[in-house]
Amino acid sequence: MSDVMVSAEGVHKRFGQNEVLKGITLTVNRGEVMCLLGPSGSGKSTFLRCINHLEQINAGRLSVDGELVGYREANGKLYELHERDVARKRQQIGMVFQQFNLFPHMTAIENVMLAPVQVLGRRRDESRQRACQLLDRVGLADKYDAYPVALSGGQQQRVAIARALAMDPKLMLFDEPTSALDPELVGDVLDVMRDLARSGMTMVVVTHEIGFAREVADTVVFMDGGVVVEAGPPAEVLGAPKHERTRSFLSKVL
Amino acid sequence: MEENELTQPGPGRPDDIRAVPVRRPGRWIAAAIVLICSASVLRFIVTDPAIKWHIVGRYMFDSRILHGVIATLYLSVAAMALGIVLGVITAIMRLSPNPILKSFSWLYVFFFRGTPLLVQITFWYAITALFPNNIISIGIPFGPALFHPDANAIITVFVAALLGLGVNEGAYYAEIVRSGIISVPEGQSEAAASLGMGRIKIMRLIVLPQAMRVILPPTGNEFISMLKNSSLASTIAFAELYFEGSSIYSVNYDTIQLLIVESIWYLAMTSVLYVGQYYLERKFGQGFSRSQRATLRERWFSMGARTR
Repeated sequence: MSDVMVSAEGVHKRFGQNEVLKGITLTVNRGEVMCLLGPSGSGKSTFLRCINHLEQINAGRLSVDGELVGYREANGKLYELHERDVARKRQQIGMVFQQFNLFPHMTAIENVMLAPVQVLGRRRDESRQRACQLLDRVGLADKYDAYPVALSGGQQQRVAIARALAMDPKLMLFDEPTSALDPELVGDVLDVMRDLARSGMTMVVVTHEIGFAREVADTVVFMDGGVVVEAGPPAEVLGAPKHERTRSFLSKVL
Repeated sequence: MEENELTQPGPGRPDDIRAVPVRRPGRWIAAAIVLICSASVLRFIVTDPAIKWHIVGRYMFDSRILHGVIATLYLSVAAMALGIVLGVITAIMRLSPNPILKSFSWLYVFFFRGTPLLVQITFWYAITALFPNNIISIGIPFGPALFHPDANAIITVFVAALLGLGVNEGAYYAEIVRSGIISVPEGQSEAAASLGMGRIKIMRLIVLPQAMRVILPPTGNEFISMLKNSSLASTIAFAELYFEGSSIYSVNYDTIQLLIVESIWYLAMTSVLYVGQYYLERKFGQGFSRSQRATLRERWFSMGARTR
């Protein structure tokens, strides 16, 4: 088993004429927490969405756990993967969205149980038990039967994290998980993510929370204009940035 | 609890305002005009000897009328079911990435929404004329035929009415379903996809249940239209409520009385739909509002209270 979880080499992504990713090369190791920082429009969310094939890349190579994302390579040719196989790979990658995207017609516990029962074919009682454990873990032991509409943003986002964890993913992607939250609710969500990082989960986090990146990340990547400007340990990138662009960004957000 | 604290007159708290309301004479005049007009119409309906209410009463539960009520019900329910199935399939085809399926569903909606229902019903009834010797050939397209049923045995007046109403309804219903599906935010499908669900599961478990909230109110509307439009099947001699009523008055000339009988039955049938629709909407509205477990009666009275 290799130590590399995500490997990107020269990843390009276009929307029409607009090139959003202009050659991203980076590696996320197993158990590593990587934070992607950068101004809006820098392509960090797009790159995150490419990792579980919500967006299809136009050029380069992107692989998760040693397998190409969205394609199969045989005899020097790329074959598009069948939807079924894309879905199977996504089961192992958890994703948390800026807008939570909880299923509003289901209670918190139904949101968490749904995929294990419907996708993995697990038994309902077993899945319910596991869902309870997960909701307890994110601090929502008293909200099992609440509909998302009755939960605060911070609570909804924690249900969303529990929902992703219920699939026992080997990689978790976070797309600005705290950007839609009131400032006083951000802390609870970051606490849950900090715990998760400590438990050894491999995580790629797009965020504007510099404090969180400094404390939790193993690697910080600063992106701008569709390229990686600099990457390294937080002490280097955040403490002593080499590039002018990074310095000016950090001076604005800190 | 909080509310009590707020409304309790404390030492520093001023009394609630008790102002004299604005006088609105216009409202009183409008109400009086409406009341006077309805009273005079009601007096005419109840007391006019020409209406002959006893005849209405006599035919209300006549066996021919009851037979017509049942025929109207099962034709409407069957045609609505056919329309819903065709509508859902057509809407999903319309939203598929396949250009042939997309164009086909567009054409279906274009054709069946754009021609009169009466023409369509008559067309299905007359379709047997298209088959030589009234024999339909069913088999592999452009290949050998496997069955040769008699067209007249298959296209009965019921089948013609069912096809006319159902296929027409499908065209309207497709647009209703489509608007419901596109009302569900894309993030929902993305979240479901990122959990490893395939397209069919996403549609069935995530998108359609949420689309139902948008689809249901117009469905009630369509069902009511269907009940009334089913009377068009009388033109091809399908013995539903209107047909039965008019065949009675064509003999005894009690036209008004039988039309009243029919109207009362149509109203009774649509009333049942209102109740069903309310409870369905409540079921599929779950999770979209914080307070919503009211019964129909509670809602009716609370609505009055709120507007006052």
